[in-house]
Amino acid sequence: MSDRQNHKPETGAFFQRDRDWHAPALTPGYKTSILRAPQKALLSLDNTISEITGPVFGHSMLGELDNDLIHNFAKPGESAIGERIIVHGRVLDERGRPVAGALLEFWQANAGGRYRHKKETYLAALDPNFGGCGRTITDDEGYYFFRTIKPGAYPWPNGVNDWRPAHIHFSIFGHGFAQRLITQMYFEGDPMIWKCPIVNTIPDRRAIEQLIAPLDWSNTIPMDARAYKFDIVLRGRRSTFFENRPEGN
Amino acid sequence: MVQELGYLKETASQTAGPYVHIGLTPNFCGIPGVYKSDLGASMVNDKTLGQRITVKGRVIDGAGMPLKDALIEIWQADAGGLYNSPAEMRGTADPNFTGWGRCPTSAEDGVFTFETVKPGRVPFKDGRLMAPHITFWIVARGINIGLHTRMYFPDEAEANAEDPLLARIEYRHRAETLVAAGTAPSYTFDIHLQGEKETVFLDI
Ligand SMILES: [Fe+2]
Repeated sequence: MSDRQNHKPETGAFFQRDRDWHAPALTPGYKTSILRAPQKALLSLDNTISEITGPVFGHSMLGELDNDLIHNFAKPGESAIGERIIVHGRVLDERGRPVAGALLEFWQANAGGRYRHKKETYLAALDPNFGGCGRTITDDEGYYFFRTIKPGAYPWPNGVNDWRPAHIHFSIFGHGFAQRLITQMYFEGDPMIWKCPIVNTIPDRRAIEQLIAPLDWSNTIPMDARAYKFDIVLRGRRSTFFENRPEGN
Repeated sequence: MVQELGYLKETASQTAGPYVHIGLTPNFCGIPGVYKSDLGASMVNDKTLGQRITVKGRVIDGAGMPLKDALIEIWQADAGGLYNSPAEMRGTADPNFTGWGRCPTSAEDGVFTFETVKPGRVPFKDGRLMAPHITFWIVARGINIGLHTRMYFPDEAEANAEDPLLARIEYRHRAETLVAAGTAPSYTFDIHLQGEKETVFLDI
């Protein structure tokens, strides 16, 4: 909370979402969307105070290992199995400004492509030292980082032989509830990205490329962990040119 | 040629998938010990001002089945009509009320439950008061981008009748999809993804 008290609060409405850039609700190649996609037109309107505002999460809520998936579920002295990686980047808004104090939560399969979930049926083994969730909050410049193992690819029931490319799920909380976003990060060089029905719900290739984190050789830690850089962009806030003055003033 | 605007594009949304509960409510889904408690599990404490209410509901798909793998977040004003947010310039909200809640739908019957307070009225952009409402955000497997909607109260007919957002709904019977059932302090708000009773979702 203290991070943001130094800044003048921003109260502008958010840029309208570009609905042609995001996946549409109905994407038959991703079968589950068929019965879960709203069929009627969305009601479009400008933000009100109910969407411009949003809760604040303070750094004080974070535990020491929250951003370390290699250790946050592991027994003392042990660690998760897999390729050690650092994921880092910035949360920016559409105006290119850093989003400080953004809450990022992430979840992923283990190195074998298995999730720790009772509905998960893939035969790959569970790792007793890997839970699969973590979180962090961006600093004043919008930076974040966490440590994990590279998740494995996994098969899923959609087509007969559909596989998810290796990915990390991200949930991002910016400054206004209208910015709320969930997405997935992919890894540079993975040929499976372009075969995935969930990736391909997104109509614009550039929007998909924006989800692929490049290997960041410069930030790779020798003899320890490779780095991947993943920047996230949230909706920008409109300037409050004349809006904060009640009529007549 | 003109100057470039230089804006970035918003990161594209992707479905929360079947295991969103691992990431957002790990204690609920059998991954204890990473966090002390699940975020958003509690919105109130014993000092919170206002009328306590319970909001229960389900998210129902086009085949009439409740989603058991969905996650719901809500955001609302406090009893006095103030948001607990730095962007709230009209005053200071009740410090004992977060205004934000998060709840998974249950694996058994798909029900979500929020223990909260009835929100006060907040102004629309032109200063008119909106009716008391709770903002809902729904994510799940099969939903490519989180769905925004609002819940209004059945015992606020007068305020609902003058609410600027409800007034924008062209087909009047569809406005009822945003009004909960029940009476204070227990309300039910079922969200229908498709069909006759499809909830009005917002591009906001
Ligand atoms: Fe996944």
